Amino acid sequence: MCVTCGCGGKNSVVEGEQKSAHTHDHHHDHHHSHAPRVSPSRIVQIERDILSKNDHLAFHNRKHLAERGILALNLVSSPGSGKTTLLARTATDLADLMPMTVIEGDQQTTLDAERIRATGVEAIQINTGKGCHLDADMVRRALDTLKLKTGGVLFIENVGNLVCPAAFDLGEAAKVAILSVTEGEDKPLKYPDMFQAAQLMILNKSDLLPYVPFDVEKCIEYARRVNPNIEVLQLSAQTGDGLEAWYDWITTQRTLIKKTAEADGE
Amino acid sequence: MHEMSLAEGVVQIIEDQAKSQDFERVITVWLEIGELSHVSPEAITFCFEAVAKGTIADGAIVEIIRTPGQAWCYDCEAEIQVPSLIDPCPKCGGFKVQVTKGQDMRVREVEVE
Repeated sequence: MCVTCGCGGKNSVVEGEQKSAHTHDHHHDHHHSHAPRVSPSRIVQIERDILSKNDHLAFHNRKHLAERGILALNLVSSPGSGKTTLLARTATDLADLMPMTVIEGDQQTTLDAERIRATGVEAIQINTGKGCHLDADMVRRALDTLKLKTGGVLFIENVGNLVCPAAFDLGEAAKVAILSVTEGEDKPLKYPDMFQAAQLMILNKSDLLPYVPFDVEKCIEYARRVNPNIEVLQLSAQTGDGLEAWYDWITTQRTLIKKTAEADGE
Repeated sequence: MHEMSLAEGVVQIIEDQAKSQDFERVITVWLEIGELSHVSPEAITFCFEAVAKGTIADGAIVEIIRTPGQAWCYDCEAEIQVPSLIDPCPKCGGFKVQVTKGQDMRVREVEVE
């Protein structure tokens, strides 16, 4: 990330982005001298959140989305939990019911965005390069590139990583943590930051429960230790079991966003 | 390595302040890192030293101020101290606790010349 403007810098790439749209009127090298000074030292009070720049950009993303009545969900999980399969299935099943857009985050490749586009839903890929998480600036750049329809749903599939994305607000309405039953039920205790930040935990690959030693009750208990208010859904994106509850949850969240947008518009 | 992004954030805040507060070199940086925050002091110190190279904070000493974790226990209806996100209420042993303090990551102040 460029430390002067926070533009996301040389590493991250947003698919389809018009580079010229983001003008750069400063240089990235340093022109000041490091000559020794004789003046005495002094203390300067700063008192600023380290994430203040990201949080400021996230605030604007949230405002941009709220003004359009768009529900934005930040999907977080370890790699291989089935986020993209769930999104591809959701995109297919809800295609006639609501406008949807997907932002895909991965270190490399546009494979996930292509999987989503194959369903007919618009998707844009962000490649973070060496980065381990999406940040609010990357999402801002994606929003500038996308032309979102009002009242729809924006799914942001974060980089598969149960640690780093927890700290970075993207401007979403909610974080959704996805945990597959082929992982350990103790993940919420091992990676508490993420489950504390999430509003909903999805237990995916439920069709494999007969074959794996995953204790659903214990997992839910662990998740509620770190987040007493976390909601839980159990489903299989592969077989379709439990998807209705996921779609109902999305519908409920959309209603809340619309009500907020209407109240703000009055 | 989200610590690297956070360290970049620290340098950016310092560089912004350098313009408005008129300083050219940073000697010491005091960071407040809550015990329940998303970063360990060792990791952010290590990353800061790397990211600060070639900036006005090059070679600056990082001093960490740890703030304790606090939470609200719904059952005790009281403010409690918690050492991590997975510990129970020390009074009742329950887990109906909501973190209220100790997640901050802030740049408190800098010693400059």
